[in-house]
Amino acid sequence: MKTAVEPIRELKLAGITKRFPGILACNNIALEVRRGEVLALVGENGAGKSTLMNILAGLYQPDSGTISLNGQPVRFHDPNDAYARGIGMVHQNFMLVPNMTVTENVALGLKRLHRFMRLDLKDARRMILEVSARHELPVNPDAYVWQLSVGEQQRVELIKTLCFGAQLLILDEPTSALTPQETDDLIDRLKRMSAELSIIFISHKLNEVKALSSRVAILRHGAVVFNGVTADHSPADLAALMTGREVVLPRNEGLDLGGAAILSARGLQVRGDRGHLALDGLELTLHAGEILGLAGVSGNGQRELAEALTGLRPVESGTVTLLDRDLTNRSPAVMIAAGLGYIPEDRHHEGIVPSFSVKENLVLKDIGTRKFSFGCLLRLREIARNAEHLKARYDIRCSSTAAAGGSLSGGNIQKVILARELAREPKALVAVYPTRGVDMGAQEFIHAQLLARRRAGGGVLLISEELEEIMNLSDRIAVIYKGRILKVVPSLEATRERLGLLMAGVADE
Amino acid sequence: MNSFKLGYISGVILLAALAAAGTGALVLTAVGASPLATYVTIFTGPFKDMFGFTEILVRAVPLILVALGIAISFRSGIINIGAEGQMLMGILAATATALYLPAGLPHLVLLPLVLIAGAAGGGLWASIAGLLRARLGVNEILSTVMLNYIAAQFYTFLLRGPMIDPGELETGSGTPQSMRLPHSAWLGRLVPGTRLHMGLVLALVLAAAVYFLLWRTTWGFRLRAAGAEAKAARYAGISVERSLVTAMALSGAFAGLAGAVEVTGVHHRAIENISSGYGFAGIVVALFGALHPAGIVPAAVFFGLLLVGADMTQRSAGVPANMILVLQGVIILAIVSAKMYLNNAYAQERVRRFFARRPALEPTQPGGKS
Amino acid sequence: MNSGGMLYNILSLGVPFSVALLLASLGEMFNQRAGVFNLGCEGIMCMGAFLAFLPPYFLKAGAWAPYGNLLGFAAAMAAGVLLGLLFALVTVTFRADQGIAGIGLQMFGWGVAGTLFRHYIGGVTGVPGLSAWAIPGLSRIPFLGGILFNHNPMVYLAFLMVPASWYLLFKTPWGLKVRSVGTAPRAADSMGINVNRVRYQALMLGGAMAGLGGAYLSLCQARMFADDLVAGRGFIAVALVYFGRWSPLGIMGGALLFSLAQTLQLSIQVGGIKFPYEFAVMLPYVLVILVLSLARKARMRGPSQLGIPFNREMRY
Repeated sequence: MKTAVEPIRELKLAGITKRFPGILACNNIALEVRRGEVLALVGENGAGKSTLMNILAGLYQPDSGTISLNGQPVRFHDPNDAYARGIGMVHQNFMLVPNMTVTENVALGLKRLHRFMRLDLKDARRMILEVSARHELPVNPDAYVWQLSVGEQQRVELIKTLCFGAQLLILDEPTSALTPQETDDLIDRLKRMSAELSIIFISHKLNEVKALSSRVAILRHGAVVFNGVTADHSPADLAALMTGREVVLPRNEGLDLGGAAILSARGLQVRGDRGHLALDGLELTLHAGEILGLAGVSGNGQRELAEALTGLRPVESGTVTLLDRDLTNRSPAVMIAAGLGYIPEDRHHEGIVPSFSVKENLVLKDIGTRKFSFGCLLRLREIARNAEHLKARYDIRCSSTAAAGGSLSGGNIQKVILARELAREPKALVAVYPTRGVDMGAQEFIHAQLLARRRAGGGVLLISEELEEIMNLSDRIAVIYKGRILKVVPSLEATRERLGLLMAGVADE
Repeated sequence: MNSFKLGYISGVILLAALAAAGTGALVLTAVGASPLATYVTIFTGPFKDMFGFTEILVRAVPLILVALGIAISFRSGIINIGAEGQMLMGILAATATALYLPAGLPHLVLLPLVLIAGAAGGGLWASIAGLLRARLGVNEILSTVMLNYIAAQFYTFLLRGPMIDPGELETGSGTPQSMRLPHSAWLGRLVPGTRLHMGLVLALVLAAAVYFLLWRTTWGFRLRAAGAEAKAARYAGISVERSLVTAMALSGAFAGLAGAVEVTGVHHRAIENISSGYGFAGIVVALFGALHPAGIVPAAVFFGLLLVGADMTQRSAGVPANMILVLQGVIILAIVSAKMYLNNAYAQERVRRFFARRPALEPTQPGGKS
Repeated sequence: MNSGGMLYNILSLGVPFSVALLLASLGEMFNQRAGVFNLGCEGIMCMGAFLAFLPPYFLKAGAWAPYGNLLGFAAAMAAGVLLGLLFALVTVTFRADQGIAGIGLQMFGWGVAGTLFRHYIGGVTGVPGLSAWAIPGLSRIPFLGGILFNHNPMVYLAFLMVPASWYLLFKTPWGLKVRSVGTAPRAADSMGINVNRVRYQALMLGGAMAGLGGAYLSLCQARMFADDLVAGRGFIAVALVYFGRWSPLGIMGGALLFSLAQTLQLSIQVGGIKFPYEFAVMLPYVLVILVLSLARKARMRGPSQLGIPFNREMRY
């Protein structure tokens, strides 16, 4: 990266429009940022925030519109151009090469260090240490990226962008994988950095927006609906502006419907993909008629737990019991037949078969039942009828049930999965990040469905990163840390601070 | 489907065809043959008489069978490049069954047994690769290719040794071939005076059966799901491992059957070079036919035409037989390149926008949503 | 023949026999490190073998004769670069399925080489090829001298490519880019590295080396050309990259191991041991399957984006 020549006094975006097949991601957007300002870019998922920032960072090309720096129009054909003018981005999914060291990662982007046949890592190392000291971002330059924690990786990303000469930092959902304490830490750091740099950060967490930003711009369906000073508005105002209406997410009434234990895990030991012990003696019990929330920073074993419970990952030792039957290490087919439902994390590749039609996806699990097949033969008419019924009931927006599952929006794919799972009336439902990347309207719907399941006597294990969602919906909240349940807290006694400490591993007394 | 999309698809296919034909033409020029004359011979030569026409169908039969098996395997998520070797194993099994079962078995008993043996031989050979992939994660392209070489050696060994026609040893000519099959193991002729045999009927019936299997049964549903998205299939309770092994075995069975049909219908004994590249050509036919029986049958006929035509050009214009390999390779490259553009909504959008900038070519309907 | 003599034969033949595999496999290593696997390696080797054969054959008698071999190697490498370029076009720009495209390229290369051979040369004829060049001094070491230091110059060159490849991959900026592109192309892209260009470069280098490997087969090893000269070595070279865990040293070990299997086959026949010829020929292919079956853990440590085309505009 060449270091920027001119300091950035003003950045202006005008008339930016960007289309993807079937979607208008950015619709005539105008924004400005001045030196030393912190602009928060807010909107529901799918509002176009990431796309807009990717355009600014040089990764996407706008279909029309201009970007101007200090009054001069500029065009970024690739990230090199953006960095050359001092704009750098830290993405939500870190852009680091896992099997290389921190120094190698930074050296990769520092073109001026690339002599023809020699790679000079010493220079890069020196730069890293300088930047690290100046902005108080401690890091070990010789560590391999895969060895670092999420928080450390984020620091590396910040240092990397600064080494490349960024004067305007773009941060995409910077706190999505952090504990509440780490979040507060980061916000402080960013506040200090804003003295020297301009910052644009994308978030849908309104309390962070209030804490950090000086100005806020709200996007809805790809267009700017509001642009103003943060201090003048309350979080409620901002929420209303984000969705265009008053949205009150459903809450758990708190009536104790608790019944018998339906799903329990005892002493679970499960290995993760890299061979480490992802679950280390985990104990958990889910009762009928309750929503058990599982809070924790992602990467502490949530995925492995969900997979172990549903038969997708082998259990080394310990037991999984469903309705008094020991179903440890049985195949997914057995778990499904026993009444277990599962809303997976990866909705696009695990929840549906993208190339299959919506109606085929809706019967993915039940294809062998007598309802949809006559011996070996498929009952195509029944399958179609079932699809129409579910499409209406769950408000699945698609051109027809014969459309490919993968062509639907994220929220509608989630509705397909939800429809399929709930229609089977599972006794226990494991829902992993069910509202991630889904707009508020769909969120409202999904929450209502989960609560309905609870009222109908089913048990729901809700695994989520959003503390608010967990606190709103759960009867009890279990905190997972390093593969174990640290503590189970009744919802009424849970506060953000208390949960935050538990999520960071601090067992309370 | 709006007019733009139709135009886009035709355009991509046309470009791909031109690229393939053009590259073939380059090679033809390099060997001093006129591309135009060669292509004309290939496409029109076989139609000159009844014999040529039936020869096209004779070639199409094993192509249909192999391609059906390949379609099953590809759609189930496992790539079978081993059809050559599976055919050879099928031939060995069929020949052995025909020769070593007690003589005097009636035609209606012996022939089905021979064909089943051929299918079993190919299926078992393919299962090796299928199991290696399912249990040990071994890349099936590499394993099936290796198994091809191994099968070829094994075939030669048997034909030169234990299975050689004793008549050859007596006369001292030593041609590596088996004894002639008894007449009760021959597939009957469809058109007298030609080589066209009942295998064609079998192939067509099986094509219909494969369609039914894949799209109208739960079993086929599960196979296709496992091939389309293994993660989702596993999540839905489908055993992906079992699907892979089953699909591979079926695929090999079809190839083995193709071999058995060639032996009982055309050559009536096991000889060298009997598979003559049908195993590889079958892959091209499967891709060309979009992995669907309705596409595979016409694609196989088309390739039968290419094969017979190429033979003719070898005899008349001296274009070496390897030319057919060149054409097959180029066609594969063209098809897989085109496939990406056909499925890519984003590329389609960009092309539409490119043409939309010129008002004269503006399509009547706004595209975008498909 | 006594066993000591037989061992000497096996080893001294094993070293030069491994060269073709070694060259092609090192080239394929760069491909795979960048995230692309090229099964067309076999077809490139066929073309390389044929094109290398042409100049010495045609220039046999004449003023240009001494340059025949050099021209042959150059032609083979040029063809390799072009075919690598073609493969890159199909798999990187058109984002086609790499496995099937590789088979297509293999058929193409094999077919073109065979077609041109039949047309221009027709029968099986030999060329003088390269003669052995004993390293003075070192080649006189008893036993080891003959095994290691008494070969034609291409052998020495090929083994020098091992440390050269290691340096290129781990100590140069380009190597850094290649490694990043195969494991985290999005990260590389975000840092301004042109992922597709790096993949093109790797494929062209891989093609050149595969072409060179094929040239070695026709000019130095067999000293002739035939349709079935390459006989699957290109596929074995691809498998070797997994076996050697994508590192030059591991690949060298694998190449030596496989060539030993082949020389074993020859020695068995020469040594008069009663073992069917065809089964001996089968050995290397069986060995590949065995090796692939046992290499489970290696697969986890390979370039994680191997086989997946890069598309910046993909939104998931």
